[in-house]
Amino acid sequence: MNTYAIRVIYKYEMLRAWETLAQSFASPVISTVLYFVVFGSAIGTRIETVEGVGYGTFLVPGLMMLALLTQSIANASFGIFFPKFTGTIYEVMSAPISIVEILIGYVGAAATKSFIIGLIILGTAGFFVPLHIAHPVWMIGFLILTCISFSLFGFIIGLWATDFEKLQLIPMLVITPMVFLGGSFYSIDMLPPAWQTATLFNPVVYLISGFRWSFFEVADVSVELSLALVLAFLSICLVIVWWMFKTGYRLKQ
Amino acid sequence: MQPIVSISNLSKTYSNGFQALKNVNLDIQSGEILALLGPNGAGKTTLISIICGIVNASTGSVIVGGHDIIADYRITRSMIGLVPQELTLGAFDTVWNTLCFSRGLFGKIPDPAFLEKLLKDLSLWDKKKSMLMFLSGGMKRRVLIGKALAHEPVVLFLDEPTAGVDVELRKDMWALVQRLRESGVTIILTTHYIEEAEAIADRVGIINHGELLLVDDKHALMHKLGKRQLIVELEKKISDLPKALTEWTLDLSSDGSRLTYTYDPLKIKTGIDGLLQAIREADLLIKDVHTKKTSLEEIFVSLVNTKK
Repeated sequence: MNTYAIRVIYKYEMLRAWETLAQSFASPVISTVLYFVVFGSAIGTRIETVEGVGYGTFLVPGLMMLALLTQSIANASFGIFFPKFTGTIYEVMSAPISIVEILIGYVGAAATKSFIIGLIILGTAGFFVPLHIAHPVWMIGFLILTCISFSLFGFIIGLWATDFEKLQLIPMLVITPMVFLGGSFYSIDMLPPAWQTATLFNPVVYLISGFRWSFFEVADVSVELSLALVLAFLSICLVIVWWMFKTGYRLKQ
Repeated sequence: MQPIVSISNLSKTYSNGFQALKNVNLDIQSGEILALLGPNGAGKTTLISIICGIVNASTGSVIVGGHDIIADYRITRSMIGLVPQELTLGAFDTVWNTLCFSRGLFGKIPDPAFLEKLLKDLSLWDKKKSMLMFLSGGMKRRVLIGKALAHEPVVLFLDEPTAGVDVELRKDMWALVQRLRESGVTIILTTHYIEEAEAIADRVGIINHGELLLVDDKHALMHKLGKRQLIVELEKKISDLPKALTEWTLDLSSDGSRLTYTYDPLKIKTGIDGLLQAIREADLLIKDVHTKKTSLEEIFVSLVNTKK
């Protein structure tokens, strides 16, 4: 295994985040804090509890997922799209490095950044609401799995995108609405029955539900199903990335 | 001796149907400088890109250092360095960081002493902390060479290394290429500039429309295909060739002041003596006489036009 290559790619990507500290870390944390202020403090005071949990506290897993999903995708897609855009990708393509090593470097760095953001948001939330994590190991497990899965998904978007517009297309038009409609701010039990059924077709619901269960032991759908769906999503992403590299899709002619 | 790079029946057809390479066969010997000459779209970059792993071949195979570039890609790629045609560099990296990145990417253990020597050889040591975006075009070109050499390759591909650079830098680049060859690196360069091939290459390959028209020793090529020209400057201008000279294959310049006679220097009888006598007998006064050797450029143009 070309461990030096993994190291330099990982280090390069982490360094990029470090050099753009405000954009990489401060921005998503500030956005999430604003959600706490608006939804938790302003609106939340009019909602007593959701499924036995204070509304402000109930929001924490959903908001973490909102930030994790968007940041994982943004970090990973930009990480691979930018070398493609500038042409520097030729160096990676001509290096003695395998698909797995490329993924560990790029996706690993993007997932690490998202994981750090998740932890910062969790720590920040502690200043606003009382926090209790029922299953911390599961919480970390879901966190890591989500960071890796969606970084991988972002990597696919970065490989697929041919311009900056396409790079933003799926995150803005697909992912963000899915996260907002996936129970980030509410329990799906609060929706009318027809919408509850419709919401079950949104895969993000399972993700947020599983993650929320690790905090409060309450879930909209079963934890096993949540975990299975996240793993299935991860597997699909791996297959797509493998196919992209195997065929050279948008990389090699 | 086993060639360091061996290309067999290599063809490439892009998805839009364009056939960039047609059954190319080529052996490159260790330690030589091979110049691939060809017009835009001839297939030079495609050929290099396939060997380096950036483009997939449609058919054929490439062996580098005795290893197949697909099956043993880790070995072959670690032997190859590539300097691309475009100045493709990350704007926000420093010179030092980008070289460290390149070395690591190719699986080499960090070696600051080697990179320091490399930067000094490239006259970039004082720029090691500079951001790439602030470097001049010539410096960026040298950084790209540094990146390609950072993992100590034995084969270096230079894709039009002097395109768009000034004469002074071009000469510097040629000197650098010579130094690299002396250190044992095999160099394959593509170029539009005939003078570049003439100045630094050992062998010249001419490629056009995806076909490798010929590969030969530079001097042998010029000797085999090079013609000489005898140019006779006349004292007085003439409008037509005198009858006595019509049996000679002569070109009269448009202003009527110069006769050009093309001959084969390898022939025992070149006809020069007879021609000069015929000119005198035609009562033409000779102002000056000189000969000119056909340049590689003229050979190239002639070959490319013949094969069209």
